[in-house]
Amino acid sequence: MTDSKESQAETFPKLLRMRAKQSAGRPAMREKAYGIWQTWTWDGFAEEAFAFAGGLAQLGFTTNDKLVIIGDNRPRLYGAMVAAQALGGIPVPAYQDSAADEIQYVVEHAEARFILAEDQEQVDKALEIREKYPQVEKVIYSNPRGMRDYDPQVVVNIEDLMGRGREFAKAHPGEIDAQIDKGTPADAAVILYTSGTTGKPKGVVLSHSNLMVTAQNSIAFDNISANEEVLAYLPMAWVGDNTFSFAQAFVAGFCVNCPESASTVMQDLREIGPTYYFAPPRVFENLLTSVMIRMEDAGAIKRWLFHHFMAVAKRVGVSLMDGGAVSIADRLHYSLGDILIYGPLKNTLGMSRVRLAYTAGEAIGPELFDFYRSLGINLKQLYGQTEATVFITMQPDGEVRSNTVGKPPPGVKVRIEDDSEVMYTSPGVFQEYFKNPQATAETKTSDNWVHTGDAGYFDDEGHLRIIDRAKDVGKLNDGAMFAPKFLENKLKFFPEIKEVVVFGDKRDFAAAFINIDLIAVGSWAERNNISYASYQELAAHPGVYKLIQKCIQQMNSDLVLDSHLASSQILRFLILHKELDADDGELTRTGKVRRRIVQEKYQGLIDALYSNQQHADIVSEVTFEDGTKGSVSANLQILDLSRVERQAEPLAKAS
Amino acid sequence: MSESQADNIILGFDNVSISFGAVTALTQVSFEVPEHEVVAIIGPNGAGKTTALNVINGVYQPTQGTITYKGEVRQGMRPHQAAVQGIARTFQNVALFKGMNTVDNIMTGRNLKMKSNLLMQGLYWGPAQREEIAHRQAVEKIIDFLEIESVRKTIVGRLPFGLQKRVELGRALAAEPDMLLLDEPMAGMNLEEKEDMCRFILDVNEELGTTIVLIEHDMSVVMDISDRVIVLEYGRKISEGKPDAVRNDQRVIDAYLGVPH
Repeated sequence: MTDSKESQAETFPKLLRMRAKQSAGRPAMREKAYGIWQTWTWDGFAEEAFAFAGGLAQLGFTTNDKLVIIGDNRPRLYGAMVAAQALGGIPVPAYQDSAADEIQYVVEHAEARFILAEDQEQVDKALEIREKYPQVEKVIYSNPRGMRDYDPQVVVNIEDLMGRGREFAKAHPGEIDAQIDKGTPADAAVILYTSGTTGKPKGVVLSHSNLMVTAQNSIAFDNISANEEVLAYLPMAWVGDNTFSFAQAFVAGFCVNCPESASTVMQDLREIGPTYYFAPPRVFENLLTSVMIRMEDAGAIKRWLFHHFMAVAKRVGVSLMDGGAVSIADRLHYSLGDILIYGPLKNTLGMSRVRLAYTAGEAIGPELFDFYRSLGINLKQLYGQTEATVFITMQPDGEVRSNTVGKPPPGVKVRIEDDSEVMYTSPGVFQEYFKNPQATAETKTSDNWVHTGDAGYFDDEGHLRIIDRAKDVGKLNDGAMFAPKFLENKLKFFPEIKEVVVFGDKRDFAAAFINIDLIAVGSWAERNNISYASYQELAAHPGVYKLIQKCIQQMNSDLVLDSHLASSQILRFLILHKELDADDGELTRTGKVRRRIVQEKYQGLIDALYSNQQHADIVSEVTFEDGTKGSVSANLQILDLSRVERQAEPLAKAS
Repeated sequence: MSESQADNIILGFDNVSISFGAVTALTQVSFEVPEHEVVAIIGPNGAGKTTALNVINGVYQPTQGTITYKGEVRQGMRPHQAAVQGIARTFQNVALFKGMNTVDNIMTGRNLKMKSNLLMQGLYWGPAQREEIAHRQAVEKIIDFLEIESVRKTIVGRLPFGLQKRVELGRALAAEPDMLLLDEPMAGMNLEEKEDMCRFILDVNEELGTTIVLIEHDMSVVMDISDRVIVLEYGRKISEGKPDAVRNDQRVIDAYLGVPH
């Protein structure tokens, strides 16, 4: 094997073989055990992985065999992924907290003969699966705790297997190497089962080249170096972990740290101080909540300092990070805050060294997003999915917004269909859904473009915004896109508005039903000496109409700045005389509006919205809490808003 | 009883009685605890269960009868001698150092194993340092075993009760006992904590081979994890045997489990 051939390591086993030489002695993985961080160097990690490969081969694991891996993030489980790949097999990581029957689906669908289960808990699941699916031949475990009374014919210790692998390598030197050499970049590197919202999970097949090229591109995009430290704490079955803790780590050669247990993640985060960090929005939200609660319990001086400097950070922190203009006085003020508050706070959060942080998966609130950015943490958003090997769009440094998901990174092309659906093509586009050609054909076109099912558009700065699921998006009569959920969510940010239903598909303009928030509007009424006896009375008050009109007006003026949504301004609205209620079938039990029911029930009101009437009569049936029914009649006012026009905008941008 | 069987008995009570003034807490109680078994002592309130444990680890001296431990008849033993001989225990109301963290609390359980003197420990030099590291490793193994990594550095007084109980078990294990006495290890726990504790007790018994004598009120726990059950009532033994046999013993049902409807 020549070095030039090695440098073109185009599969992960080849890459690991190269790392074992080039990065020998450097840390590849760490795991905290018995209170101490244990290190696997690249050469040590490779030795174990290939010894395990030898052991697997002894069990009869061969080309195209699947190894289902169930467990927490552990160096040996990552090593097992390479081991399976080295033999031409495919690792299939499963969600470790899934119940046995969920994993059974994966095992059966992947036709796996071998399961690697981290500990007794997972071994028990694996054996339960084996009872119903006896094609499973061996269950391998890595944590021997509690593993005394299991059938040694079926249940195998990973240490023993590695020992057998080493003996095998002694007896047949070069055998594993020869197997590794057979691998090609087009081979499947991993199958990731996605938990579809409808139907059974689909197995997304990603090739070595999918993972590797995507990793190379994203490493270049964010200047990721071999000196990064990451904490691998999100499930191995998730595509993000395969990218951040596996593909990128191998390609860039940085160190991946595995927490001691799921309950110690926060402490481990603080000890490791990662430079590169990923978390879904809810993790950031929980962290912020815990900080706020602890600050409430702090002494008066500390609390004052915290609020004072957080206000400074809120004012100037984000523009400091984005290189905006900030006065010398503010810079000094912020530096002082960094010494007194931001630094210690980041240290407590384990984010002192974070150079690059990403969040994705769901929309992140602007306040939450700016909180972290104002502390000087380079938190960015990306948009991705398993089928894309994560990356579809990413926010470049200095172009970070809370309401967009960034631009396509190099190598990725994104286009918006006529129905607003986002489609992409990239080096990361998945090979297929395993054993499901029909779903593959529905999702992926013959020229390698993939349907995301999400609706979005590029804003005027070229950043992608995701607004809704594609199937919910309609069109106004002037041809402009109409995304009801997007408008509704935007209006619900106003505390006065509790629920909104927006209409506009195949109409000339958008119009809305509003439910006021009785608490927020009630306290406003109190402050303004407005008395009321019921929701209905308060909702019909002209002052309240004015209040809501102001909210909508403000949203309209935001919308006009965005050429794609300027047409979606809400021009007429009414405030419903009753709150939408699950008992009346208008909401689901989880509190989501059932648009079709509302449409049918209030057809008269909708007609009135799209007429010239200023008033509409409605008689509606209500169900009281004891189940008896009654009817409520009301005469509702309809209020108009004038369309906000875009002011003094360069013509060039209109195109 | 054959020779080999006799060897397997780690603790024997022979006609043990103890009275405090006019109150007789135990009356002519005899039983044997085989090595590596889990033995439960049950009985209604005031039956003498905790007294029995206190006799085993030398807090009380029996007024009558003999106690045989590891084949030797014990005479006037004190609690620290019991500890030296490999008996460790936990208490009904957790007795930890509330102001110290988990690691330090468990470390105190290593006390008997430490050889270096105060001066050397204070200087943290040479053999003292090596010893400390070795003991810390032993403590970390226990922390791993009991899955309390996340509270390693937490002050024990701040932990929920269920976890404190686990830390206390950890401290008892740190002495590497041959026999572990557990006084109501599940008291005040929720179902999940109880299930965890059951698993730990069984793991201790199976993996470390420790003989366990426990007092417990939760009958389902007792029936699940014990190899043998001893039933006391008013200081007398009224039944003894496998859980199933005890469960069906009419005297036990009447005295303790209630008369069936």
